[in-house]
This record gives sequence, C-alpha cells and structure tokens, in this order.
Amino acid sequence: MLAKSLKKRQSTLADPREQLKFLSNGIFGSELPTFREKIKESNRLPLRPTELEILQINVGYMCNQVCAHCHVDAGPDRKEIMTWETMEMILDILRTTSVNTLDLTGGAPEMNPHFRKFVEEASKIGVKDFIVRSNLTIIRANKKYYDLPEFFKEHNVHVVSSLPFYRKEKTDKQRGNGVFDKSIKALQMLNEVGYGKIDSHLKLDLVYNPAGAFLPGDQAGLESEFKKQLMADFGVEFNSLFTITNLPISRFLEYLIASENYEDYMEALVDAYNPMAVDGVMCRNTISVSYDGYLYDCDFNQMLEMKVASRGKHISEFNLEELSKREICISQHCYGCTAGAGSSCQGATV
Amino acid sequence: MEKSYYNAKDLKKFGKISDWNEELGTKFFDYYNSVFAEGKLTAREKSLIALAVSHAIQCPYCIDAYTSDGLQRGIEKEEMMEALHVAGAIRGGASLVHGVQMMNKVEKLSM
Repeated sequence: MLAKSLKKRQSTLADPREQLKFLSNGIFGSELPTFREKIKESNRLPLRPTELEILQINVGYMCNQVCAHCHVDAGPDRKEIMTWETMEMILDILRTTSVNTLDLTGGAPEMNPHFRKFVEEASKIGVKDFIVRSNLTIIRANKKYYDLPEFFKEHNVHVVSSLPFYRKEKTDKQRGNGVFDKSIKALQMLNEVGYGKIDSHLKLDLVYNPAGAFLPGDQAGLESEFKKQLMADFGVEFNSLFTITNLPISRFLEYLIASENYEDYMEALVDAYNPMAVDGVMCRNTISVSYDGYLYDCDFNQMLEMKVASRGKHISEFNLEELSKREICISQHCYGCTAGAGSSCQGATV
Repeated sequence: MEKSYYNAKDLKKFGKISDWNEELGTKFFDYYNSVFAEGKLTAREKSLIALAVSHAIQCPYCIDAYTSDGLQRGIEKEEMMEALHVAGAIRGGASLVHGVQMMNKVEKLSM
C-alpha cells in the first residue's frame, strides 16, 4: 500500500509556514549562518535573476507514487491540478517571450487531463528544449499511458526521469515497492522508440538524488557507473545523469527530523557552500509556475509558497520587465542548491 | 583533555594541522588530494581502498569520512563489506602467516 502525503496525514510540516519556521530557528538561530548571511559574505546579495530562459510548469501535485524524499509532497491523494485556462495563459507567454526551455513537472505531469493537448500546442509554438519530467512508472501504470513513449517522440519531447539508483533495493526504498522494475520496463520502452541512443536526437536523461541523508557525489563518476550497470543488467541506454541534492523541505525534511539527521545534514550543506554555485543557481534563469498560475523563483520556493517578489505574482499579470528586476526569495533550503558542485533541475551547476 | 579521546566534530578540523606547520601541512594535503584524484585507478576504487585501510588501521575519523564518501559515490553496502573483508583477511593473514615462524621454532627446538 502506498504511503500518504503530509497533507493527507495532516502533518504539521504540510504547512509551508511551519517548514520555514523550522528552517529559520534551531541550528540556524545559534551555530550556523543563515543563507542570507552566507551569500552576503561572498558578495552575492541581493540575488538577482539573469535573462529568463526556462519556464518550469508544475501542472499538478497528483502522482501515482509517494516517494519518501518528495519535495512536492505529491501523491494520489493530491488533487491540485492545472486548468486549461491557466495552460492557455502559459502558451501565450511562450508565443511572446524568448523563453527557450519549457519544463513540465508535477506530480506526474501526465496525469493532468489536459497534458497531451498542452504538449501538442506547446510543441507547435516551438521551444528549443521541451522537457517533460516523467517518473517512468506512469508509463506502466495504466494502458492509457502505454503509448507515452510514442507520444513523446512525436512531439520531440526531452524526457527527464528520476531513477535514484541502478539497483532495486535502494530505488524501491525511496520510491515504493515495485517502482524499480516498472521504471526499467519504461526505460526499455523509451529506448525502443529511439530515446537515449547515442545517434538519436531523442534525449533521455536520468536524475539521481541520494537515497538518504548525504550529498550526491561527482556527477560524471555516477553517470559512468549508471551507464555501465544499466547497460550490463538491463540493456538500458540514456544520455546524461543529473545529480540533484535533496533539499530540506517537505517529506525529505520530515525524514531528516525523524531520523535525527537534520542538524548534521544542514551542517554538511553549509560546509559544502560554494559561492561559484550561487552564480549558476536555477532560480536566476527560471520562473516556476504553480498549478494555480502563481509565479515562483523555483519549484522549491513554490512548495514553500514563497511567491516572486515582483508586482505581478500571477501568470495573468506576467510582466517580464518587472520580473527581471526582482530580488530572488531565499531561505535556508537554498543551501541545497549551492553545496559542492551545485544542484539544479539540470544537475550540477559548477 | 576531553572526556573522550575521539570527537566526531574533530574530523572537520583536520585542516587545522596546517596551522602549526603550514609548509608540511600544505604539502601533505596537496599530496593527499593528488592521491585520491582519478588515475589508473578510479576515484571510486580509491575510495573503497581507503575504506578498507581505514578499518585495518581502525581510524574512526577515516571510517566516518570514507563511509560517507562511498555513499556519495554510489558505492553499495555489499561492496563496502566486501572491501572490509579484504582488510580482515589481510589482518588475519598477517597474524596467521607468522604461524610459520612459530612452527619453525617448535620444529627446531623439539626432538
């Protein structure tokens, strides 16, 4: 049986204000510098955006999985779904701005009833890189999703999929029983239509995030190990591996607290702070749009309900000039994106 | 003196050994970093060797550091345990191979 979301369990941590309160007190009230203090030390305050390149759209929090580390607190019990009206406003922005990357995420974005229509319309507009973040198991969840690899191919979608490890035990522990086998089957289906092959234009990238309270290691080293193991055991091919640091929010924050790893993990993030990584954080060239059309600096800020510090906070009031002048909202979770080689939805940044 | 000879937080202060001898400290850490860089052996393989040696020399700081390093590199727990058995086999073997000395001596002294 699947676990339930924090929201369904009525956990205190389901409330973003409680998470922010937690992240601003305790160890950050005494021993560790806040993120604001830290970036000020390295002359990177205020944090300002560069040119907007990526529009990341969260089309809903509904998901067929309940992953232990999920920063969205997604799951089958989450009913927040983007409407077609909101999607139309996003399409208008794609037509009128120079955004070159459209990045659809969720939940499982494929579960939004307007998903296919949105992909069709957006691909007609033509962006340089059209990403769908697929959890893979959705492709095997129901017959109606079996043709997704063909659908992605037809619209030249760049598929980015989470696979925490190339072994069943670790993957299932983080993402639920049976997830690994279904994910491998889905990867093989994607390979069959041409995804992830060296000579193919159809891109299939994997996302690795640590299965526990530790930071990701070297991206190139892990990529080479994933490629070797997935090919040897399952004949699976993919293009790149993105390593992503687990940010201390939502269900991963709950895990850190319950396992008594919170303080050590935060210390590790602060110790690994890399000013160079601040320059490449994704919030500088990205706008994240929530299912209900509000604008955020990133998907993590969205989950913490920290809306953009700009006059227009909703897609209906989208104003690129105003947005370009904003100061990016920060809190202690931001240490996750500036540790070591940096972390973003496109992997390491340094 | 601290109540305990070992304090986990001291691991982070390792770099401070340079404070009292900068020249040698710097040389040591430069050497250390070069040793663990990718070479004919991968950094992953070197991490496993370091983990095994850490156990052979029973250094709690090193065990802490190279267990975390292994996890970060995606080294599996079964691989870690196999590496430890290499350390165990060499340590055990190092004791037992001296048994030949014992046997030689017994043979020499006995009628």
